[in-house]
Amino acid sequence: MNAITLEHITKTYNKGAVLAVDDVSFAVEKGEMFGIIGPDGAGKTSIFRILTTLLLADKGTATVAGYDVIKDFQKIRGIIGYMPGRFSLYQDLTVEENLNFFATVFGTSIDENYDQIKDIYVMLEPFKDRRAGKLSGGMKQKLALCCALIHKPEVLFLDEPTTGVDVVSRREFWDILKRLKAEGITILVSTSYMDEATLCDRIALMLGGKILSSDTPERVIKSYPEKLFAVKSSTMHALLKDLRANENVVQCYAAGEYIHFTLKEAGEANENILLKFLRDKHEKDLIFTETVPTVEDCFIRLLGKQDGGAGN
Amino acid sequence: MKEFLAFITKEFAHVFRDRKTLLMLFGVPIVQIILFGFALTNEIKDSNIVIVDNAKDIATQQIITKIASTDYFKIKGNLASADEIDKAFKSGDIKLAIVFPVNFYTDLLHTNKAQVQIIADASDPNTATTLTEYVKGIIADYQSQLSETMQTPEQIITNTRMLYNPDLKGAPNFVPGVIAMVMLLVCVMMTSISIVREKELGTMEVLLVSPFKPILVILAKAVPYLVVSLLNLTVILLLSVYLLDLPIKGNLLLLYSVSTLYIITSLALGLLVSTGAKTQQGAMTLSLVGMMLPTMMLSGYIYPIENMPWILRFISNAVPAKWYYIIVKAVMLKGLSFSFIWRETLILFGMTLVFLFLSMRNFKIRLE
Amino acid sequence: MEEPVIRTKELTKRFGDFVAVDRITFDVHKGEIFGFLGANGAGKTTAMRMLCGLSIPTSGEAMVAGIDVYHHPEQVKRSIGYMSQKFSLYEDLTVLENIRFYAGIYGLTDKQIKNKSEELIEKLGLQKQAKVLVASLPLGWRQKLAFSVAIVHQPKVVFLDEPTGGVDPSMRKQFWDMIYDASADGITIFVTTHYLDEAEYCDRICIMVDGRIKALDTPFLLKKNYGVDNITEVFYRLARTAQRSGD
Repeated sequence: MNAITLEHITKTYNKGAVLAVDDVSFAVEKGEMFGIIGPDGAGKTSIFRILTTLLLADKGTATVAGYDVIKDFQKIRGIIGYMPGRFSLYQDLTVEENLNFFATVFGTSIDENYDQIKDIYVMLEPFKDRRAGKLSGGMKQKLALCCALIHKPEVLFLDEPTTGVDVVSRREFWDILKRLKAEGITILVSTSYMDEATLCDRIALMLGGKILSSDTPERVIKSYPEKLFAVKSSTMHALLKDLRANENVVQCYAAGEYIHFTLKEAGEANENILLKFLRDKHEKDLIFTETVPTVEDCFIRLLGKQDGGAGN
Repeated sequence: MKEFLAFITKEFAHVFRDRKTLLMLFGVPIVQIILFGFALTNEIKDSNIVIVDNAKDIATQQIITKIASTDYFKIKGNLASADEIDKAFKSGDIKLAIVFPVNFYTDLLHTNKAQVQIIADASDPNTATTLTEYVKGIIADYQSQLSETMQTPEQIITNTRMLYNPDLKGAPNFVPGVIAMVMLLVCVMMTSISIVREKELGTMEVLLVSPFKPILVILAKAVPYLVVSLLNLTVILLLSVYLLDLPIKGNLLLLYSVSTLYIITSLALGLLVSTGAKTQQGAMTLSLVGMMLPTMMLSGYIYPIENMPWILRFISNAVPAKWYYIIVKAVMLKGLSFSFIWRETLILFGMTLVFLFLSMRNFKIRLE
Repeated sequence: MEEPVIRTKELTKRFGDFVAVDRITFDVHKGEIFGFLGANGAGKTTAMRMLCGLSIPTSGEAMVAGIDVYHHPEQVKRSIGYMSQKFSLYEDLTVLENIRFYAGIYGLTDKQIKNKSEELIEKLGLQKQAKVLVASLPLGWRQKLAFSVAIVHQPKVVFLDEPTGGVDPSMRKQFWDMIYDASADGITIFVTTHYLDEAEYCDRICIMVDGRIKALDTPFLLKKNYGVDNITEVFYRLARTAQRSGD
């Protein structure tokens, strides 16, 4: 059975003036970790709110754990855990008071479900008398997750849980999610960090209310149709300018320590022409290879297709 | 039930941890009452008065000399006729006018009765009352001096007229006014802000997603403010009894019961405001402009409703504070029983039902 | 060698017993892109505030664009540009109005303002949007505009506080192109980010842990010294040792 299904979901705001979600369909299997990857304004939050029964879609149907989001909203509200985009905590209550409160509201207690949150809560316990407003970003994020987990939800909705949180906390957070998934909880998570995509079972790349591509991260990467090249030299900025000036180069952008680009017409002959062109200018220390795309490369390619050559 | 209790505990934590707001909630009424009490005991000196002496006989001369010799009054002039009094008041700095009729002394001697008219500017009711009392005292004093030398007691009848504010709103009326305002401040503004704050924080999203009934979220919000309001009421009453010497004439239980009803009316209004506002700032503006202003203007606490144009009088019927103000005055100052205020109580009750109905209907179980 | 644009020596900020920034010393050169990294609460923001003249250091020295931040914070503000993810443009003003406003507060003449506005709008390709409210622009465009506005008065240094948060990857690349251009024009860039792949684009990066500088070098040498193949890993190894948390 699918834990989450969406069929042709469309959502507009301001009486149709703003199209937030545009005919989106996908399904998440039970026990799966599904990631919605996209920048701010892609429509991720609207999808979360529709699935958590907080918003009504204009068109389309959606179910969570087999229940219809409109008809059975009350049933859904009892069995899901939700962590909204801005970690929703009471800043003037302490860590323990926040957790206690949410536990009670969801009809349980910390003691009853302690095993569910134990792993995370031990990290928070030294600060349990501190007010939530005084916690660091990473700690707030963990507390918000505890609050969303305290009633043993079947499906967990995490809307941008790692935004504004540093790398160490982000990594810890994903480790926690992995463990939760192992316990059989279905997780729908959104992020604007491309590097987090590979940590999901399946991902949907989203932009402008539409899903551009949806599959396992491996297959999304495999579906990258062109050859992707990587170059670097000691004068990166000049190298980038030279590549952009070349007619055969389609998309070209900095990616970590390299510059990634694709060619209009690949083939050994063309590659050699380009290589020669670059060697002439950056002979000293040019490194040129073909490279395996990342999710980010896929995303940029799809973006480029959509608005006719972004990054160029 | 356990859930509901947890909720109320949380709300109390919000209220009591926000020290600044709490200080304002209790500080404002206390300061108002104390300031008022202070203003009451403040003596008045050198108030300008005019005199219209139509008799110009020995008695009026003696009375005028007595008045002039006190620190309270400064005689600005003698007017030729009573017709000029109005102009004198409108010109500004006259607080009071005393009119002696023709034949004052002869009347006093022959009929044993004479009249004096005192006209006061009651737009400042406290000063007006104090000044007229002083004049009356001086005349009574003169009378008792006369009585010693005469056989039959004479009577000087002082005839007082209050200009601009014939009901003499002020003194005791102030306390019911403060109560009505403070309840509104706490209930409408604080309740709506605290609900809207949850929307802004995003916690409302999580609460809505919980199995907890959304309507209970709202009810739980109301409880702490009900308690805070009752505490506030008690503080104001204690201050008015022990500081202003204003005894509660009616039944205390009745006073608390109708006050609780009014608090619930205000809470219902607060809920209604919260359903319409998206930001805390919006909730505040809506409560201040939409609730506080009409209450101050149209409850009868500052401006007498009887003197208003019919359209304002009509609108004032929709202001809950107007009815509560009538009730508190009746119970607290006049000591009347429920049978005299049941109509006003019924109106407040009806209003509460309407506000509750409207806010329930507008309350969203989803996000907008 | 030229005088460094930013020079700090044992720069420290204490809040009571809490040492937010603990004796940091570094130089940033003209036109350099300097990445300033650290976990939440490592002291990045406090350090940046001191360099911008918004917060007085407890001890130590700091010179920005040749001006002592301790004695002349107001003059520092004149010679720097600043942009953050949270606040940068007035959403209820149009693109043109925003440019004019910022150019105006930095004392550009009317003629300069006019020329600059036209130049910026053309460079950003916002000709059609010049008169629309900033609120209606997509986030990526807004951030690019904010950056252009932050350097409208040709400051010696521009401070960027997490400029690309939430922006789509393609826009982020375009944003970095603008940073490269500014740096080529001789503007020094001081930037913080949570996207560690962006750290690779910097000339040098500095990683702060618990208020102290734990590492400062070029991305290449950092990776080499730690024997790892990306900056994320370097950062992770250093930040994991952090003792304190809190913003």
